[in-house]
Amino acid sequence: MNTSRFAAVAAALVLATALVTACKKDSDPSTPQTGVFALELEPGVGALPLNLSTDTYTTAAGDRFTVSAFKYFLSNIKLTKADGSAYAVPDSYFLVDQAKPDSQHLDLKDVPVGDYTGLTFTVGVDSARTKAGNFTGALAADPGMFWDWSQEFKNVVLEGTSPQSPSRGLVFHIAGFKGANGANNTIRTVSPAFPANTKLLIRPDHSPEIHLHVDVLGLFGGPNPVRFATVYNTMGGPQSVKVADNIAAGMFSVEHIHAN
Amino acid sequence: MKFIRHFSFRRWRGLAGAGLAGLLLGAAACRREAEAPAPEHFPAPTPYALVQPPLFPAIPAPPADNPLTVEGVELGRHLFYEKALSLDNSTSCGSCHQQARAFTDGRARAQGVGGALHARSAMALQNLVWEPKLTWDGASPSLEQQARTPIENAVEMHQPLRAGVARLQQMAPYPPLFGKAFGTSTITEENALKALAQFERTLISSNSRYDRYRRGDRSLLSADEVRGLQLFSIHPNGTLRGGNCSDCHGGELQTDHNFRNNGLDAAFADLGLSSQTGRPTDNGKFRVPSLRNVALTAPYMHDGRLATLQDVLDHYNEHVAFNSPTIDPLLLNTTNDPLQQRHDLELTAQEKTQIIAFLRTLTDSTFILDPRFSAPR
Repeated sequence: MNTSRFAAVAAALVLATALVTACKKDSDPSTPQTGVFALELEPGVGALPLNLSTDTYTTAAGDRFTVSAFKYFLSNIKLTKADGSAYAVPDSYFLVDQAKPDSQHLDLKDVPVGDYTGLTFTVGVDSARTKAGNFTGALAADPGMFWDWSQEFKNVVLEGTSPQSPSRGLVFHIAGFKGANGANNTIRTVSPAFPANTKLLIRPDHSPEIHLHVDVLGLFGGPNPVRFATVYNTMGGPQSVKVADNIAAGMFSVEHIHAN
Repeated sequence: MKFIRHFSFRRWRGLAGAGLAGLLLGAAACRREAEAPAPEHFPAPTPYALVQPPLFPAIPAPPADNPLTVEGVELGRHLFYEKALSLDNSTSCGSCHQQARAFTDGRARAQGVGGALHARSAMALQNLVWEPKLTWDGASPSLEQQARTPIENAVEMHQPLRAGVARLQQMAPYPPLFGKAFGTSTITEENALKALAQFERTLISSNSRYDRYRRGDRSLLSADEVRGLQLFSIHPNGTLRGGNCSDCHGGELQTDHNFRNNGLDAAFADLGLSSQTGRPTDNGKFRVPSLRNVALTAPYMHDGRLATLQDVLDHYNEHVAFNSPTIDPLLLNTTNDPLQQRHDLELTAQEKTQIIAFLRTLTDSTFILDPRFSAPR
């Protein structure tokens, strides 16, 4: 807190100096400047907007479905630069819930200024944080996202219906990280690429936004296409691992970046 | 008439301010004119601090315009048990929300003034400070707003709050109680609702046997109760057996604050959530209630159709209406069938008994006996 206030004062002093002396020298490198950015999550089903319960969609394989709940954790946000260096946003854990529009807008603060060329984050909650317990904030916000009995998070939840499902129901609880040698690990880390020749410019006086398309079809397509006649009810375990691989392959893509 | 009185009072205040200097100059004759109501001076109320229960989510801050105070909560308690707020002085909030039953009434459907029958069951009042939406269909986003409904509803207390407030103004204890809580003995509807909301925010149940078990005293639950807790929590997958209660009744508050259709009916006599949202996809969805003190809150469901906990377990295990149009997918896809093919939950009789044994550990005897929540003497 003090650091940022000091940084602000320092920034003001630097600016004042620049105005008075028309000096073009860079600011004092010992007082790193910071900025903010936002992740704007734009959920959809392919090209269609995601409307809970009301709309019926079709998978690439031709199965029809509705979605009554769609939630996931997004954590461990990291920005990378062209030179390979990276900035990990500390304690960045978010729960994105389709039923809560506010949760689709993530504000990240105190990011060192710089030209960033890449974004990496975890879909779910990392096992280290899970094992540490004492959950607060996003991690304590929704008891329905935690398995008390196994002490694991549901990383991604989709519930809905499909006429192809033998039960009519769809329950995809992509949860957990345990199993022998982590065989049931459904936590995935993704790095959706920025559009060509686009950078995220963090500056003290800018508030850029990364718009991420979040495609529900990403759960059901990719390396392990899902047919609801056989896969309609998965709560951790090998089938969830396959869905997690789909999620890693194609649920998130960077649509565009607003420099703002 | 009312307007004229109001106007002259305002004028008097203005004149009093302007004339202060004149008074100070010693115009003793003026003193007699100042016999209009003296300005009230109540000491500032004392902040009331809710105690954060261990392991519970952080207590949300109260609305900025209605902080909890000792005096406000005390006034709220009086109002909660005040029958003058009903048309015929027969019924208070506490008539249907009885402390000994975790603030329910033991009836299938609540009964109001003159024996009028409500369409729904009186909900338990506990841990409401954490609830984002109130009543079975989420009609109210705040306790302040909600409190008016049962007072005025024709099948509940059946009296406009305006009339109730006028009664309170004439009852000796209330003007000073309001004065201490809100700085004015002129009773308003807004302040009455605020006081009721304050009292309701203090109704925290967090000291059941289960809570003490969770805090570390592992000796407090029997083997059957512990097994019931496991079954309550586990989402069955063909290998692990479970009742899958906690997908909805999860966390320390035992509710996900959601609205769901739990398969009571294929066609809906009561539309539930959609009566608020207007969306057909919300038909037949009702609030997921907390299960705290559930052994005290029979009968069960929004219309009290299930008499006992055994009936509730039987419903989820073998009577779910799978053809209900908006049924929750979690009910469609939760079975202990090893092949994961059937609809029914397929718990054994013993497993149901164990889950019920666990549910009984949620009874908080300190909550139902706490004198802070009881009718004032």
